[in-house]
Amino acid sequence: MDDKYVLQLKNISKEYFGNKVLKEVNLNVKAGEIHALVGENGAGKSTLMNIIFGMPVIHNTGGYTGDIIFEGQKVDTKSPKDALNLGIGMVHQEFMLLPGFTITENIKLNREITKHNVISRILGYRLKSLNVEAMRRDSQKALQKLGMNVDDWLPIAGLPVGYMQFVEIAREIDKKNIKLLVFDEPTAVLAESEAEKLLDAMKKLASSGIAILFITHRLDEVLAVADNITIMRDGEQVSQMKREDATLAKLAQLMVGRKIERIVHEVRESNKNDEIAMTMKNLTVDMPGEAVKGIDLEIKKGEILGIGGLAGQGKIGIANGIMGLYKAAGEVYLDNNKLELNNPRKAIKSKLAFVSEDRRGVGLLLDTSIEMNIVITSMQIQNRFLKGLLGIKSFNLKDDKAIRNWSLKMIKDLDIRCTGPTQITRRLSGGNQQKVCIARALTLEPEVLFVSEPTRGIDIGAKKLVLDLLVKLNRELGMTIIMTSSELGELRSICDRIAIIYNGKLEGILEPTDSDVDFGLAMAGKYSSKEVV
Amino acid sequence: MRDFWKKITDKYGYPKVFMTMFLIILCILAVIQKQNLPGLLKDSLVRVGMNGILVLAMVPSVNSGTGLNFGLSLGILCGMLAGCISIELKLTGITAIFTAILISIPFSAVVGYLYGILLNRVKGDEMTVGTYMGFSIVSLMCIGWLLLPFQSPDMIWAIGGKGLRTTIALAGKFAKVMDNFLSFNILGEPIPTGTLLLFGVACVIMAIFFKTKTGVAMMASGDNPKFAAANGINVNKQRIIGTMLSMILGGIGIIIYAQSFGFFQLYTGPLMMPFMAISAILIGGATAKNANISNVISGTILFFALLAISLPVINKMMPEGNLSEVVRIIITYGVILYALTKVGGDN
Amino acid sequence: MTISMNTQLNITNKKEKQKTSWMQELTNYSVPILFIIICLLGVYASKLNPVYIINEIVVRLARNLFLVLALIIPVIAGMGLNFAIVIGAMAGQIGIIAIKVFDMGGLSGFMMAVLISTPFALLFGYGTGLILNKTKGKEMITSLMLGYFANGLYQLVFLTFMGTIIPIDNPEIILSNGMGLKNALDLKFIQYSIDYILRPNIMGIKIPVVSLLLVVVLCFIIRFIVKTKLGQDFRALGQDINIAEVSGIKTDKTRLIAITISTVLAAWGQIIFLQNIGTLNTYNSHEQVGMFAIAALLVGGASVTKATIGQAIVGTLLFHTLFIVSPFAGKNLFGDSQIGEYFRSFIAYGVIALSLVLHAWQKYMNARNKEKLE
Repeated sequence: MDDKYVLQLKNISKEYFGNKVLKEVNLNVKAGEIHALVGENGAGKSTLMNIIFGMPVIHNTGGYTGDIIFEGQKVDTKSPKDALNLGIGMVHQEFMLLPGFTITENIKLNREITKHNVISRILGYRLKSLNVEAMRRDSQKALQKLGMNVDDWLPIAGLPVGYMQFVEIAREIDKKNIKLLVFDEPTAVLAESEAEKLLDAMKKLASSGIAILFITHRLDEVLAVADNITIMRDGEQVSQMKREDATLAKLAQLMVGRKIERIVHEVRESNKNDEIAMTMKNLTVDMPGEAVKGIDLEIKKGEILGIGGLAGQGKIGIANGIMGLYKAAGEVYLDNNKLELNNPRKAIKSKLAFVSEDRRGVGLLLDTSIEMNIVITSMQIQNRFLKGLLGIKSFNLKDDKAIRNWSLKMIKDLDIRCTGPTQITRRLSGGNQQKVCIARALTLEPEVLFVSEPTRGIDIGAKKLVLDLLVKLNRELGMTIIMTSSELGELRSICDRIAIIYNGKLEGILEPTDSDVDFGLAMAGKYSSKEVV
Repeated sequence: MRDFWKKITDKYGYPKVFMTMFLIILCILAVIQKQNLPGLLKDSLVRVGMNGILVLAMVPSVNSGTGLNFGLSLGILCGMLAGCISIELKLTGITAIFTAILISIPFSAVVGYLYGILLNRVKGDEMTVGTYMGFSIVSLMCIGWLLLPFQSPDMIWAIGGKGLRTTIALAGKFAKVMDNFLSFNILGEPIPTGTLLLFGVACVIMAIFFKTKTGVAMMASGDNPKFAAANGINVNKQRIIGTMLSMILGGIGIIIYAQSFGFFQLYTGPLMMPFMAISAILIGGATAKNANISNVISGTILFFALLAISLPVINKMMPEGNLSEVVRIIITYGVILYALTKVGGDN
Repeated sequence: MTISMNTQLNITNKKEKQKTSWMQELTNYSVPILFIIICLLGVYASKLNPVYIINEIVVRLARNLFLVLALIIPVIAGMGLNFAIVIGAMAGQIGIIAIKVFDMGGLSGFMMAVLISTPFALLFGYGTGLILNKTKGKEMITSLMLGYFANGLYQLVFLTFMGTIIPIDNPEIILSNGMGLKNALDLKFIQYSIDYILRPNIMGIKIPVVSLLLVVVLCFIIRFIVKTKLGQDFRALGQDINIAEVSGIKTDKTRLIAITISTVLAAWGQIIFLQNIGTLNTYNSHEQVGMFAIAALLVGGASVTKATIGQAIVGTLLFHTLFIVSPFAGKNLFGDSQIGEYFRSFIAYGVIALSLVLHAWQKYMNARNKEKLE
C-alpha cells in the first residue's frame, strides 16, 4: 500500500529553541497527484519544506523528529544536494536565475553537458568543453513539456516575470530523476493570466507522473487544481480533504479559526459621531513585498484599530508609508490638515509615532545605551534633552542629567528588565527591546501611535505584557493606536475594529467578534465579494 | 597563560597587543644597545604630536558612516596649499601657522563637501573610490604645483625653473614653532608642548562635538542609517558633514605635521599619507564602523612611537639597508589587511 | 526570433527588467572614444614622427599586453580588478633574479626564468585567493592593500636576506656592502631574447613576431577557458555569487583558481616585459605594473564587471600611445615635459577612479531600487 506514495511525512515535529513550530504533521503525496498545502503565515509550511529539502537551518537548530519516507524508503535529507539526488525539486518564490545567462544556461546551471578535449584529459574535468548543442536540445525538450515556445538562447534579463517562473520550473524538470516537485507560492508574483498558464503547466506535469506539492494561500487556485488539500494552522495539520469535499468557506474557516481569549472585556460600541483622528485617501506605498495599492480608511480618535492580512498583502506597508520610511503617494489627513508624505520628520512633528516591525533593523541602535535609544528621536526632532555650553544655548549639548532621569522613569514605568540605563540594547531580550522602542515612541508624546508586529519574536509571557501595555496607553492616555499584526488572535483580543488588507487594498473591516469564516475569507481576499448571508 | 592571552586579545584586539609587545621589545633592545632612551621617547612624542590630528581626521569620517577616509589626501592638499599661501604672504611664526589653518578651513570644507556628495552616490565602495580619487587628485595637483603663480623665492625652483619645488623648507618660517611653544625639558629632552597641546585641544573639541545634537545625529547615521532615517535624521547630510570635518582636520593636520617635520613635501608626498593614519587608528582599536578618541590616542602613540624607536634600533642592528622603512610598510599595510579580513566581506 | 507561447501569454507590466541604464552605456563606449580624442590631440601636440610612434606602439603592445590579459579572468569571475597582479609580477622577478644568479642568458635563460617563477606564482596566487575569499565584497581594496603589503615583504627578502641569509656574493647583483640586491640589475644577457627571434621589418616598422605570437596564444587560451565548464563557473560566479553557491558550484575553490591563473599569467607577463626593457629596477619595476595594466584595460572600455580581449587590446594601444606622446606634448605645449609625465599619471589614476566611481554608483543605484528607503 505504502509504495504507491512518492512522499510520506509521518509525525514530523520541529522545535526552534523550545518553541514548537511543527506538531506531528502527517502528509502523503502520490505520483501524479497535486497536493495543496494551505495555511496562514507562521502555520509551519516553510519549515516543513525546509525539512524535506534538507536546508541547513533545520540541522543547525536541532533537527527534527518523525520520518520522511520517499518511494517507500526511509530517508533523511541532510542537505539540498541529498534532496536533489533523491529526485525532489523546488521552485522557489525568489528566482534563482542568473540574468546574464541564457535560458539554456540557467536550466543547465552547474549541470552542463560537457565533452572532453585535449587539455581536459590532462588537467581534469573542469576544463572539458561545453557541449552547447546537447544542452540546447535538452532545454528545448523541457520547455516544450511546459508548453513554452521561446528561443532558448535568449538571456534571462529582459524576460517577463512569467517566463522566468517557467524557466525555474524547466530547470527542475530537466533534472532527469525528478519525482516530487514543490511549488512555494509560485503565483505570488504573477498576473492572473500568467498564473492560469502556470496552473495548466502544473496539471500537465502531474499527468506525466510527477508528484506535486503546492503551497499557496490563494484558495481559488487550490480549488482549481488540487487533488488533495492539507490545511495547517499553528504548526499542526488541522485537516485533510479531497477536492470534492472542499469549499471556499470551509477552507477559510479552517485556516483561521482558533479559540480567542479576549483581553478587553468590554466591547466598545462604534459610534457614528466619533471624532476622526486620521483619514487615508487612495494611499499607495511602494514597499518591496508589501505594496499598498490604494486604501481609503478612516481612523477614529481613541480607538485601537487593528490592521491584519497575510504576509506580502500590504498591511505592513501602511504604517511604513505614512511614517515616510517607504515611498508613498495619496492623501493622508490629520484633523483636516494634509500630512506631507515621504518625510519622517514631518510625520513625527505631526504627533505620529511608529514602533517598527523590524525591531533590530530599524527600531534600535543595538550598540547604544538604552537611555540614548529612548531619547534620541525627541532630541533630534523636538529639541528636548539639550543644554547649552557655558551658557551659550546654540551649542546644543546633550543634557546627560535630564536624559538619565527620563530613562530611569521609563524603565520603571514600562518595567524594562535591564542592568541599567547605560546597558546597550543588543543585550536585552526581545520583549524588553520592544519596550525600549515603545518608550522612545512615548517620549514623543504622540497622538497617534503606529505599532507593527508588537509581539513578534517575544516569548509568550512577555507577549501579554506588551498587549496589556498598549491597552493601558489607550485607556489612560486616550492614545489612538493602530496595530498591524500577522497574528489574527492578538488583533481580535484587543482591537475595537480590524481592517484586513488583501492584495494591497482594503478587503474589509471586521468586528473582533465576527466569525472565523469571515476572517478566513477576508484573509483570502474573498470577503468583499461574498454574498451576504 | 592561554586564558590570559585570549582575554587580552579579545579585549584589545590582535593589532594592539602585537604592537605593544613589539614596542616593549624595541625599548628593551634600545636600552641594551645603549641608545638614548629619553631621546627616543622624546622623538616618539614629537611624532605623536606631528601626526595626531591626521589620525583624528578619521573619527568623523568613520562615525558618520563613510568609513575610513582613504581620500584624506584631498584635505592634505588643501592644507599644503594654505601653508604655501601663508609663506607667500611672508608670514612667520605662530601667525603663519594660524593663518594657514584659517585659510585651509574653507578650502577643506568645499573639497569635503564635494567629496561627500560623491561618497553618497557610491555607498558601500567608499574605500576603493576614496583611494583612487585621492591618487588622481594628487596627480592632478602635481600639475597644479607646477603651474600655480607663486612668487616667493623660497618656494620656486631657484634656477629659472617653473613651479614650486618638491620640498619646501620651513626653517625660518614656522618650522618647529608649535613644538617649541611652551616647551620644557624632561630628562634633558625638549618636549613639543605646543603641538601636543594643539592635538589635545583638537581631541577635546571632537569629543564635545559628538555630544552635541548634530554629533549624536551623525553617530546614529553611521551606526544604523535605516534607524536614523526613520527618526527624521538626514543621513546624507550627516555623511557630508562628517566628510567635511574629516577634510578640515586633514588640512590642519598636515600644517602641524609640516611645522614639526620642517618641510612641506609637495607633489607625490600626500599619496600614501592616508594609509598611515588609517593604520594608526586601526591599531588603536577602531573598526570601519566605530572610532572614538581613545582609539586615536592609543593608536597614534603605539604606531608612531614604534616608528620613532624602530628606526635607530634596527639601523644599529643592521646598518645597511633601509630595513626600518620596510618594517613600516609591512606594519602599515598588514594592519589594514588584517582589519579588512576581520570585517570579512560586506554581508 | 519569435517569442510566443502556445497559449498567448500576455507580457505584463510586472517585468523584472534589468534596465541597461545609460550609465552602463556610458562606461562601455565613451571612455575609449574620449581616449581616442585625447590621444589624437596628444599625437598632434607631440610633433613626433608617425613611424616612430607606431614602432613604439608595436613594441609596447608586445611588451605589456600579456600582463593586461592576465586581468581578464578575475573580472569574469566577479572578483573585480585584480590589483594584486603585482604579486604575480614579483614572482616573475624572482625567476629573473634566479637566472641572473645562475648567469643563464639568451632564450634558455628566459625559459628558465619562466620555469622558476611558476611555482612561486602558484603559491602566491593561492595565498592571495585565500585572503580574497575572506573579504568577499571588498576584493579590490583588499588586493590593493595586499599588493602594498607584499611589496614590503618582497623588499624584506631582497633588501636584507639577499647576501646574508641567502649566500650570493656576485658584485653585479649584490650591493657593495654585501646585503641586499642592487637597485638595478642589468638584463642585457636576456634582453630581446624573445623579441629578436624573428623581427621582420615592414615599412620601417620592426615587428617582434614571437612576442606577439605569445600574446595571440594567450588570447586563444583565455577564449578556450571561457568555453569550458570552468569558464562557465567563472561566469556564473561573476553574476551572482549566492545563486552560484546554491546551485552547488564550489565558489571558494573556483575563485582560488581564477586568482591563481591571473597571478601565474602576471608572472610570465612580467618576464616578457623585463626581457624587453633590459633592466630590472629591483624595487620599483613591479610597483606600477598593477596600476598601468588596470588603467590600460579600463581605457579599452572594460569595467569592474566586464572585460573582453578586444577591450584589453584597444586599451593597451590607446593607453600606451598616450604614454609615448605625453612628455613630448607637455614640452611643446607648456615648455615642460614634466607636465606631460604628471598628466599621464593623472590619466592612469583618473581612469581607474572614474571606472570605480561609475561601477559603485551603479551598484548603489541597483541596491536602492531593490530597497527604497528615503
